[in-house]
Amino acid sequence: MSTASDEHGHDHPKHELSHYAKRIYAIRDLLVEKGVISEKDIQCQVEYQEARSPANGAKLVARAWVEPAFKARFIADPKAACAEMGIDATAINEFVVLENTERVRHMVVCTLCSCYPRPILGRPPDWYKSFNYRQRSVVEPRGVMSEFGLELPDNVEVRVHDSTADIRYIVLPLRPAGTDGLSQADLAKLVTRDSMIGVMDPLPAVPE
Amino acid sequence: MNASAAKFKPGDRVKVRFEDRPGHLRTPWYVRGKTGWVERVYGKFLNPESLAFGRDGLPKKTLYLVAFNQCDLWGKANKADKLLVDIYEHWLDPAA
Repeated sequence: MSTASDEHGHDHPKHELSHYAKRIYAIRDLLVEKGVISEKDIQCQVEYQEARSPANGAKLVARAWVEPAFKARFIADPKAACAEMGIDATAINEFVVLENTERVRHMVVCTLCSCYPRPILGRPPDWYKSFNYRQRSVVEPRGVMSEFGLELPDNVEVRVHDSTADIRYIVLPLRPAGTDGLSQADLAKLVTRDSMIGVMDPLPAVPE
Repeated sequence: MNASAAKFKPGDRVKVRFEDRPGHLRTPWYVRGKTGWVERVYGKFLNPESLAFGRDGLPKKTLYLVAFNQCDLWGKANKADKLLVDIYEHWLDPAA
C-alpha cells in the first residue's frame, strides 16, 4: 500500500478512504494520543494477526493423516493437539474438528457475521464474509461446492455447520489418493485453506 | 465441559422458539420455529446476548449443537443433508 507520512508520526494510506476506514484511523489516533495504547502495541498486534495463517491448519491436518494416534488426539482435544504442535489456539473458546469421510462431508459458515478459527486458519477470505456465501451455503451447499469445483454424489451426506456461538470449527479433509509416499511437509502443501472450510478437496497429489 | 445441568441430551427433539425482540440474538432466523434434534451438548457458556451490551453474560447458558434436516428447512433438498447450528438452551423447547 502506498503511504504518506503525516505530522503525527505514522503513515496513512494516500488514496481516498471509505467512511469506516477514516473512522478507524481517527479512533486509532485518539487511542494513541490519549495513551490508551501505543504505536508499538498496534504494530505487535498487526504482526500477530499476520503471523496466523492456514499453514497452521495444514500442519495439523497433514500430521493427522500420517499418525492415527495424533488424529485421535486432534479430534478428542483439538486445543491440546495444537499446543503439542506449538500452535497457539488459546484465543479459541471451544475448538471442534469435523472429520470428513467417504460418506459425510462437512462445510462451515457463519451466517451471522464471520466467525472463523483465526489462530488455525488466519484471516477469513472475503468470500467467507460475503452475503452471497452466508446465504447460499445454508440453502444450497451443493451448489456452492460445485462452484468451487466439488461435485458430490447424492449418497454423500452434506453437513453444513453454522458457527453462531463460541465454537470454532475446522474440517479435517480426506487424504487425497496417491499420496502414500509423501512426507508430512509435502502433504501439508496439499491442504488448502478452502479444504479446511470444507468447500473443496485438498489439492491432488502431483504425479511424479 | 460441564453438561450435567443440561435440560436436553443428544437425540432429544427440540423446537426453536419463534421469537423476535430488540437486541443481539444469536439464533438465525431460518431455524426459528423449526424442529430438529440435539447432536451434542457443548456445556455452559457466557450468554452473548448479555455480553454484547457490556454486561457480565451471567448466568451462563447451556449451548447445544442442534441438527436439522435440510428438507425440513427449505423443502427441496437432498434427503440426507443436514444443517447444524449452535443454539443456547433458552431458545429451545422440547418437541414431540
